[in-house]
Amino acid sequence: MGGHEVVAPDRERRVSDGGRTQKGGAAREREDAESTEAAETTAPSRDVIDDVDELLDEIDDVLEENAEEFVRSYVQKGGQ
Amino acid sequence: MFVGVETEFGIAVVGPSQVNPVLASSMVVGAYRAAGLGEVRWDHADEHPLRDARGYEVPDPHEPLGDEELGLANTVLTNGARFYVDHAHPEYSSPEVTSARDLVIWDKAGERILEEAAEMAAASLPVGSRVLIHKNNTDGKGAAYGTHENYLVPREVAFGRLTRQLLPFFVSRPVYVGAGRIGSELDPDLGYQLTQRADFFEVEVGLETTLKRPLMNTRDEPHADPDRYRRLHVINGDANLCEVATYLKVGTLMVVLGLIEDEALPEPPALEEPVAAFHAVSHDLTQARPLRLADGTTATPLELQWHYLEAARKHDERGGLPAGSTEVIARWEAVLATAERDPRELAGQVDWATKLQLLDAYRERDGLDWYHDRLKAVDLQYHDVRRDKGLYQRLVARGRVETLVSEDEIQAAIHTPPEDTRAWFRGECLRRFPDQVVAAGWDSLILDVGRDALQRLPMMEPGRGTRAHVGQLLEDATDIGDLLDRLRA
Repeated sequence: MGGHEVVAPDRERRVSDGGRTQKGGAAREREDAESTEAAETTAPSRDVIDDVDELLDEIDDVLEENAEEFVRSYVQKGGQ
Repeated sequence: MFVGVETEFGIAVVGPSQVNPVLASSMVVGAYRAAGLGEVRWDHADEHPLRDARGYEVPDPHEPLGDEELGLANTVLTNGARFYVDHAHPEYSSPEVTSARDLVIWDKAGERILEEAAEMAAASLPVGSRVLIHKNNTDGKGAAYGTHENYLVPREVAFGRLTRQLLPFFVSRPVYVGAGRIGSELDPDLGYQLTQRADFFEVEVGLETTLKRPLMNTRDEPHADPDRYRRLHVINGDANLCEVATYLKVGTLMVVLGLIEDEALPEPPALEEPVAAFHAVSHDLTQARPLRLADGTTATPLELQWHYLEAARKHDERGGLPAGSTEVIARWEAVLATAERDPRELAGQVDWATKLQLLDAYRERDGLDWYHDRLKAVDLQYHDVRRDKGLYQRLVARGRVETLVSEDEIQAAIHTPPEDTRAWFRGECLRRFPDQVVAAGWDSLILDVGRDALQRLPMMEPGRGTRAHVGQLLEDATDIGDLLDRLRA
């Protein structure tokens, strides 16, 4: 069980648009999910990977100073 | 149905002075309280954390003392929530709500409250100190802390049946409940898994929450009329930042409990080893690996989820489920269909996949392996509640994560209680009469009305004390004594 479930990032991968466009497996005859949403919904941008470099740069900017040291010292007491 | 979620947040102080986590948590809660209200004690009169759903009270508790016994900070907020220190963590317990969408709103309000409280606490520490709050469930070094869902279930529903019908559901829901983490407590070779909590679960059923954690927790403390209600205390879920994940975590279980109450759920397949299966599901990024069933056959986690979903859809089509269920079921179905194609496509909706996509991109750019501390720092900072620094928050700002509620709704819920439960009365009393509410609990208020004795007002029915029920009374009351007289009239 386990092992590395590590897959190279897929540059083509897209964030789904709120899961509204898919149909389920053919074995099940499911109707289309109703398009009604729980609430006012803001769909995510579809071209997620196009600005990935920009995103990673932003993460570098906001990442905790001395991030490696911080994460090494991050120790919590157990809770519930 | 009434529902609420308690979250223990991770806490770390960065800066010139060392502050232990209990003190830091107390400072966070205390700083927020000082800004708003006077001290409101918690009324413990009706608390029975060791009462077991299987019909007895545990005689020899080995859980640590509660926060109150230790004299730690505790407060009740005008939005009806409890904000206090529990087990060296600041904890936010949402007010009682009646829908998954409202739960999202008041859960998010909790994040904002922690964000502000941490900043206020840091102001009282030496210059250069910062208090960092993470909405996560593990430090990745062997400690776990909880996010507990609470559902009020009719007393008639037998606990044994609840357990049998819910175990396969709990085991298979990480695909939307999981918050994701690098590494594992159980498998040193594992790079990334779906949940923060699964590895810490050891038994199927039990009362404990801090050790030998059970998939099905038996704490039977309804904070309401015990002849009418039992409490389903669910401790196996993760803390979610993604609103879709919180919405589904709570919404699907409300739907499934409706099915169980109405005896509309066909008997789910029994797992041969539910705890081992829970670990396996969390470790399976494909969600396609079969789990062994008691009858010798197998089912994948997604097949188990479809069992519940199809029963829900049928029952909803017959009009058997409450308002709001149709929307939950539609989203649930769409998420399962996406997961069937490729669970990673759930990025932007659920936390584990959103964070994995980010980590993968980072790994590829810098050629990092899973054990690199910089990657672990990204994993951790995903959960930071600060809107300018938390990586989840940055993804929202960039439109990469779908949201369900507006920031205006969240901001309002920081100060305002939900209107359709007794939380309305609790919160409004605190707002209108901050100096006269001496203590509050889930099912009581203790008031100082200027008479000889303090007056204890029981609130054993969560559906009473709503705006519709007492809004006018609160408007008309000239003072707290007058209010009490009107309520007792």
